[in-house]
Amino acid sequence: MGTGSIYNKLDWRLIIYYLILVVFGWLNIFSSVHAENSILFDFSQRYGMHFIWMCISIVLALSIIFIIPSRIYQAFSWGFYLMMILLLMSVLVLGVEIKGSRSWISLGGFNFQPAEFSKITTSLALAALMGKYGYVFKRTDCWMKAFATIGLPMMLILLEKETGSMLVYIGFLLVFYREGMSGWFLLAGLFAILLFILGLAVSPFVAMLVLTGSLMLVYFIKHQRALFGIIVTVLSITLLAFLPKILSIEAIAAKNPFPAEIWVALICCAAAVFLLVKNFVLRTKNKFLRNILLCYIMMTGFIFSVQFIFNNVLQDHQRARIEVLLGMKDDPKGVGYNVHQSLIAIGSGGLFGKGFMRGTQTRFDFVPEQTTDFIFCTIGEEWGFVGSLGVLVLYFLLLMRILNKAEQNSDNFTRIYGYCVASCLLMHILINICMTIGLMPVIGIPLPFLSYGGSSLIAFTILLFIFIRLDLDQWRYLKQ
Amino acid sequence: MALSISKKNILLASIAIAFLAVTARLFYVQIIEDKYRINAENNALKYKINYPARGRILDRNGEIIVDNKIIYDLEVVPIDVQPFDTLAFCEIFDLDEEFVKERFNYYRTYRSRIGFGSITFLKQVPGEMYDKFAEKSYMFPGFDAVVRTSREYPVNSGGNLLGYISEVDQNFLNTHEGYAMGDFAGKTGMEMAFEDRLKGEKGYEIFLRDAHNRIQEHYENGEYDKEAIGGSDVMTTIDLHLQAYGQQLMQNKVGSVVAIEPATGEILAMVSSPGIDVSQLAEINKYYSELINDPYKPMFNRAVQSAQPPGSVFKVVNGLIGLQEGVLTPETKYPCHAGYSVGGVRLGCHNHVSPIDMYQSLMMSCNAYYCYVFRNIIDNPKYASVGDAFDKWREYVTSFGFGTKLGSDIPYELAGNVPTRAYYDKYHGKDRWKSLSIISLSIGQGELGCTPLHLANMCATVANRGYYYIPHYVKYAPGEEVDSTYTTRHYTMVDTTYFPEVVKGMELAVQGGPGATARSVAIPGIIMCGKTGTAQNPHGSDHSVFMCFAPKDDPKIAVVAYVENAGFGATWAAPIASLLVEKYLNGEICSERKYLEQRMFDANLLSRVKTR
Repeated sequence: MGTGSIYNKLDWRLIIYYLILVVFGWLNIFSSVHAENSILFDFSQRYGMHFIWMCISIVLALSIIFIIPSRIYQAFSWGFYLMMILLLMSVLVLGVEIKGSRSWISLGGFNFQPAEFSKITTSLALAALMGKYGYVFKRTDCWMKAFATIGLPMMLILLEKETGSMLVYIGFLLVFYREGMSGWFLLAGLFAILLFILGLAVSPFVAMLVLTGSLMLVYFIKHQRALFGIIVTVLSITLLAFLPKILSIEAIAAKNPFPAEIWVALICCAAAVFLLVKNFVLRTKNKFLRNILLCYIMMTGFIFSVQFIFNNVLQDHQRARIEVLLGMKDDPKGVGYNVHQSLIAIGSGGLFGKGFMRGTQTRFDFVPEQTTDFIFCTIGEEWGFVGSLGVLVLYFLLLMRILNKAEQNSDNFTRIYGYCVASCLLMHILINICMTIGLMPVIGIPLPFLSYGGSSLIAFTILLFIFIRLDLDQWRYLKQ
Repeated sequence: MALSISKKNILLASIAIAFLAVTARLFYVQIIEDKYRINAENNALKYKINYPARGRILDRNGEIIVDNKIIYDLEVVPIDVQPFDTLAFCEIFDLDEEFVKERFNYYRTYRSRIGFGSITFLKQVPGEMYDKFAEKSYMFPGFDAVVRTSREYPVNSGGNLLGYISEVDQNFLNTHEGYAMGDFAGKTGMEMAFEDRLKGEKGYEIFLRDAHNRIQEHYENGEYDKEAIGGSDVMTTIDLHLQAYGQQLMQNKVGSVVAIEPATGEILAMVSSPGIDVSQLAEINKYYSELINDPYKPMFNRAVQSAQPPGSVFKVVNGLIGLQEGVLTPETKYPCHAGYSVGGVRLGCHNHVSPIDMYQSLMMSCNAYYCYVFRNIIDNPKYASVGDAFDKWREYVTSFGFGTKLGSDIPYELAGNVPTRAYYDKYHGKDRWKSLSIISLSIGQGELGCTPLHLANMCATVANRGYYYIPHYVKYAPGEEVDSTYTTRHYTMVDTTYFPEVVKGMELAVQGGPGATARSVAIPGIIMCGKTGTAQNPHGSDHSVFMCFAPKDDPKIAVVAYVENAGFGATWAAPIASLLVEKYLNGEICSERKYLEQRMFDANLLSRVKTR
């Protein structure tokens, strides 16, 4: 098989999406930092440096496709994984601290962040683990191994105080879902986030009511008694909603030791425990009821620990960012400053933007980290809604393409790796863009292919091109 | 697998929903919400930077050394400019018409890049000019003045001790966060050392422009404006008047004077001469090339950057080491017949009585005596080899702070040099050297390199009878959190019980009778201890060195004067140092020493210094 057919079988669409994004990112970095009389290839400046990173990335991409044998990814996946774990550990000891997180290694004047690369090794390891013949996700030892594989690097990255990179790992749950994890698990996760927000922004009492009501509804709908269920749920929740009023009656208030939410929790959990015990003693095989009840008790515990987590586990700046996002504190000059400036920049772009290199917000560095984490501001301001949408569409097409290609592939390893790549990219894209438009707290992670930074560009390039290479293999073997 | 396909579709659908949510939010932020809707065609935000006043620098008594004066930067928003009376404009700012034309041609060339932005037209416009402009500003739409502060110096004192501020350049921006083009930062001296406290925080106001590009109102009622926070004043340990007096004494001489309060390590005065005149300091850019090309190198802070052999003042250190090592007692007597000669080596000395004990050796600064002491230290049978004994000696010397950066807050402090065993091994061959080969170290010559600050610190150590605080010039106000770096006692390796013995010798050098090297600078009514030095150097005539502290008991001030290529220590350095002591302790110079003061003021020793 000659190289000619490699060209034909290469997934050019992915490569073109990649190239457009990278070059567009570079132009925007230039636009963010340019001064009067800047030249595009000034290597003392970020855009000059980024050009070097781009060249390195392209050389790496070419060698992944043409030189490096693709067999090594599956064969050495655990070796790579182990090396990365050692590297992450050594960062904790030898690392250089930059902007509050100890996650950088300094190599001859260049700093690089192992956490960026750990996504690749974790993806390879997951693909090797879950792609093995006989792997069934639902089996206890199987899913425990999968969780351990992502848990170890997550823990190390959290110790490096790179919360953003850690959150990206949550994306691997989508891969688990695809490979057999129950969808309820993901829903429960989303529900927990909702309860977290409710518990903080509104009150733990409301969170308790929402929890109780939702689980009741889920139970009844599952048992095809929706109408009856809705009536019962609405009635009981309405009744419970009056509890604070009752408790505020002076005579009762004087003797009442607990606030309303604790009463709800006590009453409902007592009922849940009673049902559980009954279920167990009578040996009724109602597994669904059991799971719902366990879930209820755990979520109740979660609601009450949210306050604790929030006040004691989170770091100060993280707490402040969440408070601002949830509107608990208005702080346009402090923590909210970044987001507000970012919103002005993006919002002032309007439909068509102000045009390349004509962003006014850029001139005085009002948007912080404008070339790295907040590069989307430059895009929003200078290219407007049309440009931002274009970037989103491009990303969407890229993700679709990866998922479709992965799904088409007959090799488990390639499919799972493809899902891992898509999940990582998705998490980065969503977290980063949502942060700049005020939908998420400020979490510092780069926007794939667009943000300034050698580590991130090179890491994403390797991540993507290993997939392109693996995908190419499929065609090779078919034709031979 | 029907299930897995549906799972894939669920995932695809969820991703699509997430992307749609983001798109919806973008649509809201960019198209619907008015608050952010400011586009290049009609409205734009204008940011006006407010620069904070830089903190002032005060002396130890709260007197102002460095003050601020208000100046203005004239800014222009080219797009707002309408044809104006160029002649009147040039007259106000004392400009060439060509210059204005050139600037506007430039703006026209780069108009797309400038857009609605403002550009600095003229920098550092003095107040009087601004007043004239303010009266007629209606004639020049588009021009606006931004308040900046510039430095002002009420007393001619400090020079390169204070350092200067200048506009930051790209190099500086690459290595410092929180600065932008157009900002100023301290580049040397105190301005640099205290930059973090002095600089304050920039603020800004945000204005909305209307459809006619006119600035209309505060954006969102100023909710997003930020007030500038002025820098804090910094109190220093410098005594303004002592500093000025020191500079006056050192005028037309090359060298430096350092005065330290021994009990705290606070630097009272630090003169490097010739220095930068404060009148040049405020407008450093104007004088920069002149200063940098000056053959006497006024930009160079000799007090911490000039490492030279210490000369005879170092005998004090060798004496202390000898006492500690047990190879010398204060009563030990050695002969001196105008020098010391053993084998082929001869080290000369001046004529004085012989034999003498240690007290007299310090009083008369006998070279031969310290050759004996040094050889006893190095050839001490206690140690296996000369090298081992030398290592020990070196340890003692570094425990006084020599050969290391002391860790003061003065920028660009030098470590100086104390030669190592390895150095001599390389120079003479391994173990092929003996005490006689390095005998010049006994009298503070040879490879030793000490800055005046090192010597002053050593003098303060002796004044404290055995310990020092790291010299520093930051002073903490009562109640302020004190940096423990400067409040920790550092003991030398010499036991404190030996220090009174050398103090006695140093007392004799000033207060003793005939033969005392510094008797000519004794101050009536003050018991001063001192030690002269005459440092030979390969570059020209000897350097004149003197260190002293006073009063003998409970010393208030320790001074080192180092006058380059001036000759004997007793002739120049000693009078200068003693006058400084007298001025500090008594506030004035007594009548019988007035002639000495006058002689120092008048002397011009610049011609003795070789300049290349």
